Amino acid sequence: MRVAFFVTCLVDLMRPRIGFASIRLLEAAGCEVVVPASQTCCGQPAFNSGDRAAASVLAKKVVAEFEAFEYVVAPSGSCADHIRTEYPGLLADEPEWHDRAVALASRVYELTDFLVNVAKVEALSSDFSGSVTYHDSCTGLRSLGIKNQPRLLLGKVPGVSVREMNGAEECCGFGGTFSVKFGEISAAIAQSKCDNIRAAGTDAIVGGDLGCLLNIEGKLRRMGDETPVLHIAEVLAGSESR
Amino acid sequence: MEIKSMHFKSRASAKLADVGLQHNLKKAKGKFVDKRRDAIADFCAQGGDFEALREAGKDLRNRVLADLDLWLEKFEANATARGATVLWAKDGAEACRLIVDIARKHGVKKATKSKSMLSEEAGLNQALEAAGIQPVETDLGEYILQINDNEPPSHIIAPVVHKSKEEIADLFARVHKKPRKTDIPEMTREAREVLREHFLSADMGISGGNFLVAETGSVALVTNEGNGRMVTTVPKVHVVITGIEKVIPTLEDLSLMLRLLIRSATGQHISNYVSVLTGTKGAADLDGPEHMYFVLVDNGRANLLAGEFNAMLRCIRCGACMNHCPVYQTIGGHAYGWVYPGPMGSVLTPLYTGMENALELPHAATLCNQCGVVCPVKIPLPELLRTLREKQVETNLQPLGERLALKAWAWVAARPALYALGTRFAVRYLNWLAGGRASIQVLGAAPGWTAGRDFPAPQGKTFREMYAARKRK
Ligand code: SF4
Repeated sequence: MRVAFFVTCLVDLMRPRIGFASIRLLEAAGCEVVVPASQTCCGQPAFNSGDRAAASVLAKKVVAEFEAFEYVVAPSGSCADHIRTEYPGLLADEPEWHDRAVALASRVYELTDFLVNVAKVEALSSDFSGSVTYHDSCTGLRSLGIKNQPRLLLGKVPGVSVREMNGAEECCGFGGTFSVKFGEISAAIAQSKCDNIRAAGTDAIVGGDLGCLLNIEGKLRRMGDETPVLHIAEVLAGSESR
Repeated sequence: MEIKSMHFKSRASAKLADVGLQHNLKKAKGKFVDKRRDAIADFCAQGGDFEALREAGKDLRNRVLADLDLWLEKFEANATARGATVLWAKDGAEACRLIVDIARKHGVKKATKSKSMLSEEAGLNQALEAAGIQPVETDLGEYILQINDNEPPSHIIAPVVHKSKEEIADLFARVHKKPRKTDIPEMTREAREVLREHFLSADMGISGGNFLVAETGSVALVTNEGNGRMVTTVPKVHVVITGIEKVIPTLEDLSLMLRLLIRSATGQHISNYVSVLTGTKGAADLDGPEHMYFVLVDNGRANLLAGEFNAMLRCIRCGACMNHCPVYQTIGGHAYGWVYPGPMGSVLTPLYTGMENALELPHAATLCNQCGVVCPVKIPLPELLRTLREKQVETNLQPLGERLALKAWAWVAARPALYALGTRFAVRYLNWLAGGRASIQVLGAAPGWTAGRDFPAPQGKTFREMYAARKRK
């Protein structure tokens, strides 16, 4: 399987190791992974801010860069969903681009969804050990149905035990530009998320979207809590990827 | 009602600092969310399919809205045939004028009221008072607000959800001039003793309407306190004030909508009272009003019919979207600054009061879609909020600085070489700010972020730099 890896702008900027861990997982699952060098961002920040023109420019760029591949995988439910669910509507006024976006959409996957449902990963060789709690990021959960996939994969790592927190499906308060525009409200929502996280008392917090993870990590650190906040790819790929 | 939505951010800030309110909000959140979830689980355990019900509710509401004028005409004809008078108001002010005229015509001095959000939209109580007619709110929550100097409601079905029992005990002691009580049944009895007088002495009852049934010309009311029945049957005049979008075709449809509404709103299978009121008192009837009026209000609704926001008209005012909204749960309803709070309010306020009066509301959401998945009529609230943001961009209503920053970022993101350069610079700058620590405490570029939490430092280089370096090896 030839898979194009969509790094996402946040992983590119903030946590390259998540990208490398994802690639390792995809390769271990038997995929040939290509990383198109000209990729930047899927355009979701522009789309969610109401700037359709800017969002369309970036959408076309992504479609052109990725449409030649059998599959596209991103380590983020939110970015994968933006390409899958929103591009066709965003490009609806330009029939040729719309069709190309539709043709691409169903081949775009969030990482854990791809590993479970397409690559059908059976075993994982991660050396990670400890208890973890999983935060369900909103878009992946409610738009792509990412719920069991990460838990199934975590269950395949011998050293990992999953303990559910209260309100795992509740928003962490990130919301992209919302976190900056309405910082005070955003941080207060993050506080209630982190209270649940701390009550679960696990060795690490795991999630599938870096935006939420940075929000959670930032809040925990401000609360003086040093519990590791990890992307699921880092846990599944183990220490070799770090 | 006065619009204060332009001050959303500062109002929210004050709410976040209000310790008592924060405590009350936490309590309410658990109650609403858990009750709804349990009621739906129950319904499904008994073989019901709530998702299919939501789909049917959405279809029904869409069907009505597609021919709204026809259903309203049908409603008018059937209501008139049963002795009621149907009046049309294009806005809140006209609704107030019509109701004051009705009151004058029948020599009304006092009007009891059951809950109506449209009455809040129209500012009906103020209009009645100005005309020398005493409005008395009889829904316990609305009563509490009225005696607290006409405080506005903070929730569409639980108007005093922001208050604690203790605060209400203080208020009752002060206003009723009786010894302070904290036992809820006793407090309720005290309020009922006050209200009983009003129920018996009012010359007019004003109610809202959860649904208008076209085939019978009836209004359906869903309540839990029984005050709705006192308001609509004891006085000689009954006035229903509600929005033109509330009509549904048949009683059969009503049963579908009730199954959806009540579970979504309070997590009950059925409310304590469901009243279907049809026409004036007949010769053989023991009670009921001699005169019945419907004041059906547009106030911006018809404008939405043909456009991209028409899904919003499906709303049946259950409150589930706000109960499940992380923003509403955190700041409560008053911060939103007008009649309707939470996600539905953030859509309706700019649409009904003017975009420029509520610039922040469409942005005051994480777009988590928790509202969208609980809405009983499947209104895509996040999509509507985003569409409002698009309208702001199209009409240059967004702050210039933000618009330019976004444009510049998108321009660069479309140019990979420039973008690579920019991101390399950005990670280095952030790392310099972090000064070797794992996170940044103050970030000048995003002070909103670091006011309440740290900003984690980047790992080091960008992925693309590292990937290119590895490839070269
Ligand atoms: S938008 Fe939906 S969830 Fe919100 S009040 Fe209306 S019907 Fe209820």
